[in-house]
Amino acid sequence: MQTLPKRRYYETLSYLPPLSDAQITRQIQYMLDQGYIPAVEFNETSEPTDVYWTMWKLPLFGASSPQEVLQEVRSCRDASPKSFVRVIGFDNIRQCQTMMFIVHRPH
Amino acid sequence: MHKEDDVVYTMSKPKTGYQAGVKDYRLTYYMPDYVPRDTDILAAFRVTPQPGVPAEEAAAAVAAESSTGTWTTVWTDNLTDLDRYKGRCYDIEPVPGATDGQFIAYIAYPLDLFEEGSITNLLTSLVGNVFGFKALTALRLEDVRFPLALVKTYPGPPHGIVVERDKINKYGRPLLGCTIKPKLGLSAKNYGRAVYECLRGGLDFTKDDENINSQPFMRWRDRFLFVQSAIEKAQAETGEIKGHYLNVTAGTCEEMMERAEFAKELGSPIIMHDYLTGGFTANTTLSKWCRRNGMLLHIHRAMHAVIDRQKNHGIHFRVLAKCLRLSGGDHIHTGTVVGKLEGDQASTLGFVDLLREDHVERDPSRGIYFTQDYASMGGVMAVASGGIHVWHMPALVDIFGDDSVLQFGGGTLGHPWGNAPGATANRVALEACLEARNSGRDLKREGGDILREACRWSPELAVACELWKEIKFEYATVDTL
Repeated sequence: MQTLPKRRYYETLSYLPPLSDAQITRQIQYMLDQGYIPAVEFNETSEPTDVYWTMWKLPLFGASSPQEVLQEVRSCRDASPKSFVRVIGFDNIRQCQTMMFIVHRPH
Repeated sequence: MHKEDDVVYTMSKPKTGYQAGVKDYRLTYYMPDYVPRDTDILAAFRVTPQPGVPAEEAAAAVAAESSTGTWTTVWTDNLTDLDRYKGRCYDIEPVPGATDGQFIAYIAYPLDLFEEGSITNLLTSLVGNVFGFKALTALRLEDVRFPLALVKTYPGPPHGIVVERDKINKYGRPLLGCTIKPKLGLSAKNYGRAVYECLRGGLDFTKDDENINSQPFMRWRDRFLFVQSAIEKAQAETGEIKGHYLNVTAGTCEEMMERAEFAKELGSPIIMHDYLTGGFTANTTLSKWCRRNGMLLHIHRAMHAVIDRQKNHGIHFRVLAKCLRLSGGDHIHTGTVVGKLEGDQASTLGFVDLLREDHVERDPSRGIYFTQDYASMGGVMAVASGGIHVWHMPALVDIFGDDSVLQFGGGTLGHPWGNAPGATANRVALEACLEARNSGRDLKREGGDILREACRWSPELAVACELWKEIKFEYATVDTL
């Protein structure tokens, strides 16, 4: 018998152990395969009421490989190590956001 | 292919004066040469005639009794243009293998027969009288094509799938829910505790059981207050947006609206309604209120099996599902395909498409009799609930995809360590399946392995997997269409 510890979570895929770069790459590849537009965003806090996180540059409209996106994840992480970082995906046909998963949590 | 102006009518208007008497329905209402118009409402009925009644007469009777016809001619018929208003049976399709004379009758109804924006009016016409008709042994409404001209008069879901995701900040995955049990007899405070534990464990939503309205053991206002405390605490603790479907179904519309207003005042993100027992008029009123007030609307379907279960009589659920999409709701229960309440997979996925997609092509192998266009009306999330547990997760994700709510009642609350670890087990199982699916793994074949791998680092999931038995999911479906 165990008590579930109190913890913070960050929506989709945050119940898994932190994703490795290889795992992140596969998720981005899936995103590109679906025709979604990847983007990177970061924020100092992770309050559920914070609808928008700050965009890291612009969405990667022309990305053809997951490595390009991963490179931006790394630069974002390096530039603001105390921030949360997540990758999101847009679908311009359905005209909405379709994906979001956490790729870096500070501490 | 649609003839708009040169429709060939069967002559309905008498050339001479009024002739009283009974005449065969088929003379007026069976028109095999009629080409349906784009604005017609089309219906597919499964007709089982009484022995001795010819198919055309039975089909024409259905068309007549669900539109302009009465059993005998009346003089006031001559004051209207029957050709403009009558329903027409334009096709009869035998049912292969039927021994009781069963066939499918296709009937077209002119748009003018129906009031704009009223499912109540539409059903009163289509299925009002005709189901008790003596010339028939049984009758089932299999599908209805709503013309765009009519679709545009309905509000549709208050928010739809896209807006719901934006409001609750959850993308790229099915949502997780749980109905709080026992259904009846918990005090409001104990009930709220069960909600809190589920939500803090990783569920997105918990749900009032449909039987929970406002009974002596737990009045609605007390429940709403304690549940809202539970939601706020779980949300602050986990950092994720949480909700509970507060059931506002009530004995009168005034009480229903009072409960909805109170839920809004508390800041609840979502409420719930039972649309069949509550009725379509109440549902549409509530749904419009939900859009005006930014409230998500979860729809339960108590009583559906009374209407949709018999293969030869009643209304197929795909019609009730389409009616709900037009009347309004952001979620609706669809069955699980894999759980305790089994449904045929092809047919279930057929009406799931009718709930979620913008355009659905005719596909008899999935029970879809008509191509249906929704003109960008919002989609409804499919809710799979009942008798499912962690081992069903790979199949559920594979079958229902992301735009669904997977609800594990016993599969959360029945965990040996309680609600919160039970919720975590489900959330971990879900995310393990998603990570694997997006990485190119086949959930159908590798689902068991994916869960076993996650059990290595998630004790909550390991315990759940040990308690419930691994299921072998058979993809072959029995064709009951």
